[in-house]
Amino acid sequence: MSAEPVTTDPAAAAEAAVGHDPHATSTGLSHTKLAMWVFLGSECLLFGGLVSTYLLYATRGNGRTLPAEVFDIPFTSVSSFVLLMSSLTMVLALSAVSRGEPESGRAWLLATALLGGVFLGGQVYEFTAFVREGVGFTTSPASSAFFTLTGFHGVHVALGIVMLMSLFVRSVKGNLTKKNSETVEIIGLYWHFVDIVWIFIFTVIYLIPVD
Amino acid sequence: MSIIEKPEIIEKPEVEKPDAPPLELEAGEVVRHAERPLGVFTRPQGGRGWRDWLSTVDHKRIGILYGVSAMFFFLVGGVQALLIRLQLAVPDGSVLSADVYNQIYTMHGVTMVFLFIMPLAAAFANYFIPLQIGARDVAFPRLNALSFWIWLSGAIFLNTSWIVGGGGADCGWFCYSPNSGVAFSPSHGVDFYAIGLQILGLASLISAVNLIVTCLNMRAPGMTLMRMPIFTWMLLITQFLLLFALPVITVALFLLMFDRVFDAQFFNVDAGADPLLWQHLFWIFGHPEVYIIILPAFGVVSEVIPTFSRKPLFGYEFMVFSGVAIGFMGWGVWAHHMFVSGMGPISVAAFSLSTMFIAVPTGVKVLNWLATMWGGKLRFTVAMKFAVATVAMFTIGGLSGVTHSVAPANTQHTDTYYIVAHFHYVIFGGGVLGLFAGLYFWWPKIWGHFLNERVGNWHFWMTLVGFNLTFGPMHILGLQGMSRRIDTYARGYGFEFWNLIATVGSLLIAAATALFIWNVIKSRREARHLPPPGPDPWDARSLEWSVPSPVPVHNFDTVPQIRSRDDWWHTKYGEGADGSVVRLATAEEAAQTGEAQDVHLPSPSFWPLAVAVGLPLIGYGLIFNLWFALIGALIAVGSLYSWALEPVDDPDAVHDHHDDHTGHDDSSGPPPPPPESPETPPPAPAEAAS
Repeated sequence: MSAEPVTTDPAAAAEAAVGHDPHATSTGLSHTKLAMWVFLGSECLLFGGLVSTYLLYATRGNGRTLPAEVFDIPFTSVSSFVLLMSSLTMVLALSAVSRGEPESGRAWLLATALLGGVFLGGQVYEFTAFVREGVGFTTSPASSAFFTLTGFHGVHVALGIVMLMSLFVRSVKGNLTKKNSETVEIIGLYWHFVDIVWIFIFTVIYLIPVD
Repeated sequence: MSIIEKPEIIEKPEVEKPDAPPLELEAGEVVRHAERPLGVFTRPQGGRGWRDWLSTVDHKRIGILYGVSAMFFFLVGGVQALLIRLQLAVPDGSVLSADVYNQIYTMHGVTMVFLFIMPLAAAFANYFIPLQIGARDVAFPRLNALSFWIWLSGAIFLNTSWIVGGGGADCGWFCYSPNSGVAFSPSHGVDFYAIGLQILGLASLISAVNLIVTCLNMRAPGMTLMRMPIFTWMLLITQFLLLFALPVITVALFLLMFDRVFDAQFFNVDAGADPLLWQHLFWIFGHPEVYIIILPAFGVVSEVIPTFSRKPLFGYEFMVFSGVAIGFMGWGVWAHHMFVSGMGPISVAAFSLSTMFIAVPTGVKVLNWLATMWGGKLRFTVAMKFAVATVAMFTIGGLSGVTHSVAPANTQHTDTYYIVAHFHYVIFGGGVLGLFAGLYFWWPKIWGHFLNERVGNWHFWMTLVGFNLTFGPMHILGLQGMSRRIDTYARGYGFEFWNLIATVGSLLIAAATALFIWNVIKSRREARHLPPPGPDPWDARSLEWSVPSPVPVHNFDTVPQIRSRDDWWHTKYGEGADGSVVRLATAEEAAQTGEAQDVHLPSPSFWPLAVAVGLPLIGYGLIFNLWFALIGALIAVGSLYSWALEPVDDPDAVHDHHDDHTGHDDSSGPPPPPPESPETPPPAPAEAAS
């Protein structure tokens, strides 16, 4: 980059400064993509704090039922599988949009959002089942930590679905073309991140037995 | 090289004109087009009225907004400090009740940290990072405006707890559990603290993402990372610290809020909760926060000292890497705030050692500043005096900091005035004096006139003397055993004399601050009769001095080509045959004229302000009535979508549009893709869940 000549052409100069052309930025990444990566770095610490809180409190049941005692591993495994598959459809959506196939891009975007929705539905079912079994949000430090952690993840999935649907609407309006497929890629980054966090939560919270 | 080429001035608006999108704003020109996205707001145009400040996306104006607001809260926090000192001036003080005293010192700390120093550093960051790296704005101008408005809405929200919340938070600025629980703090003060800091944190997080991308992605051609000005480097490290520290305090604040508002059990000891969780989460944020406060001041000092020593910064690489080292090691020392919490000897030993180690990179910095001055041609302007005082006062604070790392001594210091003395020496003596150095240094660049040096001199000496009179005696008081946070003390413990001295000192600081305000007014008034400072009044080293003062709205006529570190200096000076310094060009010859026309700039927007209005409503809703929260959330989300759909003037997006010719007309077709939409949703987790 350092070899770039001084430019006196105002348009080129403006572009170099405002720089949404990936080739004009210092790193070669577009601003939005770099911003998403940076933001996801911050998110790691958010979930890190929440997971730590749960691990500290996992066995502190206040004399009541622990969340770990009511986990339904087979059920959550299925919903985790659904969420993981949504990463696959997300990749397929990006691939379709960047190949210039808006119809199949839309189909995969919708599929991704639907799989995310199924996962969220599963989480709602799981939460209500836990409450019925006597593990509510205010039951114990362990339950507060569990619902807060998985709830934060659920909110992230929900926001991802909102973004996917926004992309879908944009595509219907003809605004999601090959040229701006990077938007799909960036929202894909977020989506994959949320999936990876779930893999972590599922392994550490559900699969590793407490005490 | 013989003589410096004058930067070419762009003479004519190029053939770009017919292609110009309807919202393109040209430097110095008012655009007449207006659009009504969603029929709510007319798309604002550039101008100079007060409304334009509400919709501005110019990083310089946002910097000024941050700076002015921060100075306002400096006065608020200062009045609180004076109340504390008046209460403690004599034994059995009766100025404040114990309850109000608790609220005052809590809000003093919160105000000074979150509403004064951090935004003042943000003011400098916003104003000077783009200028120092040769950019026309930050990476996301509207997100930048959003950061400011969210910060301001959070600041106002936090302070409304005095009116509607039954008083301020009363748990100390680190608000230890279980003191922060409803049982011990039944007013809404802590609720306002928990939610207000979340709003402020969101602002800083957005700003951190924005500035990191700006630093990494928008450097002028030739500006490698190791050619970046040291101020920008320190701010970049600060933004990374914010990026990783804020989510941790966000978690802590959410837990606290859930406990207080939704009866969660995070800090309910009866239910088996562990109050130490709060301490760990708070200080994992809180210790990096210390460096978030001090690194910007280090950056300012590292610019001011070389300029007024007429020498390059000694050991630039060491300065950069010691800053990075401080950034990394700042994450491994948090538990030294908790030596008396009973966390066990191994933790205490480990954190004791790491705390001693972190003094090393800081010491490197101090020595490098001294070496920069060594043999230099020193000019003691007010800015330089503040910078040198920063080094001296911070060193005192740093040394008392090392004494805290000795765990056995620490158990004696904890919660005494010795600690209060220490952190005021680093935060006031380091952070605030350093930022004052920046104000005097950059004032002519920002406003186009100097601050009066004679009044500034008085301001400096009164601040320095007042500061030492106030906080110096606190070392003694602390070692004599005076606890911090007591609202009064009885006669006969030997506390009377030094407390009175400290109060006298605080009044001196207040007088000095009044003098500073007078200086601002006086200098502005006198400026009309004085010659303008020109682009480079201090004969300085970095790029912001290569453009006119005050800086034109488009910053650079042409994006500079960077050939070396301190490129602007090397534009002005070269090396003669005998190794002596030879002037190649005067600053006036080499500087850009700021006359370029037709520079593409981002258009203003009201939506960042609209989003920010929604957040405090969510906060009030969580505390008083969830319907408010619903209204606030609707405002925020609706504004985010309007923002995303607002026609963007981004040149690339427009080029896409024109190159594609997909059949859509510019004005009537669907809006071009919002380049910022991927960023705008992520802040929402915090909103949605709060």
